Amino acid sequence: MESLMAYVVGILFAAAIYMMLRRSIVKLVIGLILLSNAANLLIFVVSGMTRGAPPLIPEGADAPLGAIADPLPQALILTAIVIAFGVLAFAVVLIRRAYEVVGTDDLDQMKDTDT
Amino acid sequence: MLLAVLSGFLLAIVTPALHRITGRYIGWTLAILPASLTAYFASLIPDIQANGSLMLEYAWLPGLGIDLNFLVDGLSLVFALLISGIGTFILIYAGSYLAGHNYLARFFVIMLSFMASMLGLVLSDNLITLFVFWELTSITSYLLIGFNHEDVEARKCALQGLFVTAAGGLTLMAGLILLAIMGDSYSLSEILSSDMALHEHAFYTAAVICILAGTFTKSAQVPFHFWLPNAMAAPTPVSAFLHSATMVKAGIYLMARLNPSLGEGELWGSALMLFGAATMVTGAYRAFSSTGIKNVLAYSTIMALGTLTMLIGVGTELALTAFICFLVAHSLYKGGLFMIAGALDHETGTKDITRMGGLRKAMPVTAAITCLAALSLAGLPPLFGFIAKELLFESLLDSPLWSAGLTTAAVAAAILIVGVAGLVAIKPFFGQVVNTPKSPHEAPFGMLVGPAVLSVTALVFGLAPFLPEGALLQSAAGSVKGVPVETYLALWHGVNLPLILSIGSLLLGLALLFRWSRLQPALYAINTYAARFGPEAGYFRFMEGITIVAAWQTRVLQNGVLGLYLLLLVAVTFGLTGYTLLSHHGFNLTLNLGDSHFYEWGIALLLVVAAIFACTTHSRLGSVASMGVLGFGVALTFILFSAPDLGITQLLVETLTVILLVLVLFKLPEFTNLSSPFERYRDLAVAVFAGGVMTLLILAALDIQYFESISSYYIENSAPLAYGRNIVNVILVDFRALDTLGEIFVLSLAALGVLSMIKLRAEDQHKL
Repeated sequence: MESLMAYVVGILFAAAIYMMLRRSIVKLVIGLILLSNAANLLIFVVSGMTRGAPPLIPEGADAPLGAIADPLPQALILTAIVIAFGVLAFAVVLIRRAYEVVGTDDLDQMKDTDT
Repeated sequence: MLLAVLSGFLLAIVTPALHRITGRYIGWTLAILPASLTAYFASLIPDIQANGSLMLEYAWLPGLGIDLNFLVDGLSLVFALLISGIGTFILIYAGSYLAGHNYLARFFVIMLSFMASMLGLVLSDNLITLFVFWELTSITSYLLIGFNHEDVEARKCALQGLFVTAAGGLTLMAGLILLAIMGDSYSLSEILSSDMALHEHAFYTAAVICILAGTFTKSAQVPFHFWLPNAMAAPTPVSAFLHSATMVKAGIYLMARLNPSLGEGELWGSALMLFGAATMVTGAYRAFSSTGIKNVLAYSTIMALGTLTMLIGVGTELALTAFICFLVAHSLYKGGLFMIAGALDHETGTKDITRMGGLRKAMPVTAAITCLAALSLAGLPPLFGFIAKELLFESLLDSPLWSAGLTTAAVAAAILIVGVAGLVAIKPFFGQVVNTPKSPHEAPFGMLVGPAVLSVTALVFGLAPFLPEGALLQSAAGSVKGVPVETYLALWHGVNLPLILSIGSLLLGLALLFRWSRLQPALYAINTYAARFGPEAGYFRFMEGITIVAAWQTRVLQNGVLGLYLLLLVAVTFGLTGYTLLSHHGFNLTLNLGDSHFYEWGIALLLVVAAIFACTTHSRLGSVASMGVLGFGVALTFILFSAPDLGITQLLVETLTVILLVLVLFKLPEFTNLSSPFERYRDLAVAVFAGGVMTLLILAALDIQYFESISSYYIENSAPLAYGRNIVNVILVDFRALDTLGEIFVLSLAALGVLSMIKLRAEDQHKL
């Protein structure tokens, strides 16, 4: 499954970068979402994917019974998901505001600092 | 010793407060410090006479081999005494020269910092500390040249001085590091005392070139001399102190200091002699052909610096004795003359010697002191300058290399300098009275005490040369030579060739002096013509070139187009990553389908289709919807592969994201194709390349496990230590709680940002 997901993540990255390179500011935001999903999946995939063994400790035991999925990357990804959402919310409101002020959604028209 | 060096910095800190208390006596008050430093350094003389040198050690950064070690020997003590001694009078002088100036306290702060840096420079034993002090003198010099910061010219000149000396400083650092590699130590005393043949080392040439580039820029040697006359934009006390007596001699000091180690190579001697002689003649000629009194003195300083460099290059015992005598003599008369130039400017309102004349009646004391200092400058008995000049001629006649050429150059310079001395002493004070912008009267006591003491010292040293000789000069010459030196200083050597040369140059100099007014227009025309090809023109062309290159690279790289920035960043990052990956790991593109279930296939396909659809659709709703699909697909992946927490969070966040996008983005215009097909294919190529590198990277990472995972710690300790059964949650809120706190902080900042932007809009509408 990891090797298959490696290709999926690669495609997600390519799509994210392509979208971020577009001049339309909305596409930039779409690219941003794609990029954060791609990055999360990247961490998830490289740390190994395990089926049906969540990192939980059963009642009464001090340690999980048998092998479980690695909890550390999951903790990292959880943080990343939330942060990415914060960044996205900020970016979305920012470009909305920028569009109001500058009057264009073309990034190339937004290059002057004094507009 | 540490206190002696740092006391200047400490006093600088309290100077503004002190200024408020002492008012117009600030100069006299501050002068107590350098005066007591002078006494302190003088008290070290017997020690040096007995032991040769003194080492004082303080650990600073022992881990890096950088220590605040101070090396006191004859050479550094001569410099330290000159710095603190002349500094005393400069501070007194500045107190009356700048009396009532708005920024007087600021001036003294920088001046004291400079003095402390200069002392640190000449006393440091560690090459790195030496370099730090070296740069500090450059910076304080910059601040002092640009002290009248409202004057555009002063700012330009300050920047020029800084650029030239700081560029030299950079090469010097490289040179010092090379030297430390060659000598296998950062300690000057260790390098000097080691018996390694540095000139046979492979780095020798590079080190010498780098070090000389640093010392030549600092000490205004041809072709870097142009910054020094421009530095005369500084207030006169600065010119007298930094740009004649001390800072410009830092380069000279370092060359003298390193002479025992580097002097054995041929390159060292010939470079110093060649550049020194060229500087000497250039300086003397330009001094003679200038009319501004400070320029005359600045160029004659250049002449002196050239002479000193040349004498180190000659390197015989006699030459080094001449070197140390000339150094002391020059500091004594030039510091004094500069202070007098400032007094003249202060009292008459002009710097132009053609507009002064007959001032001896109005300023008799000034006139007397000037004549004394000028006699030393011209090298006439019974002043110390005479002894120095006799020694100079004698050592050049005796030089093992290029004796005839160097002597001719020195005699030519001496002729011109006799003229210069006449210009400075005779032109303003004798002859017809010329009306000056201000009606002249005697300068205040504070401005005369310095020049008077310095000139009288020169006279005493001239009449009794054994005084300084026995005390210090002999051991200083020994420090430059590397072995003890026998010196013999006397005013009268009998009739010999140096004396005849002296008399000849005096007569020719006087002859030139009387034709000065007639020669002046011609000299002026020559200088104006030569300026177009001189090194200063080169400097300006170089600076213009930098501006042009900067403008060009800004246009190309910093053009404000976000897409281009990203494109470059992505291309460079992934290009380098890809290269490293391929060169270290090779190309490995495997796809193992056997280990996946068909529904997992379905999810993977869903992700890919959603991503590609988002890129290609022309509908905003379509792309937002596909983002939703993608997000839920990712959530499904998390859930299927043992990450329930992630799945839940992802579902929540994805729902919120889609709502947010729908709410906000729909106030923005429809998608349009803004890019040309070329741009789209270019971006596509870069994106596909980056994606490919990512895939290869993941496949490579799956093969390799460099380190044992630290996860086992969390798994084992989650229940016993943190009493939690959901390990992911325990990591977030317990083991790594501080990270989570940071995350909450980031989110609240983002929320604040969002809130303020929405509120801003509301207020705008309110105003409308």
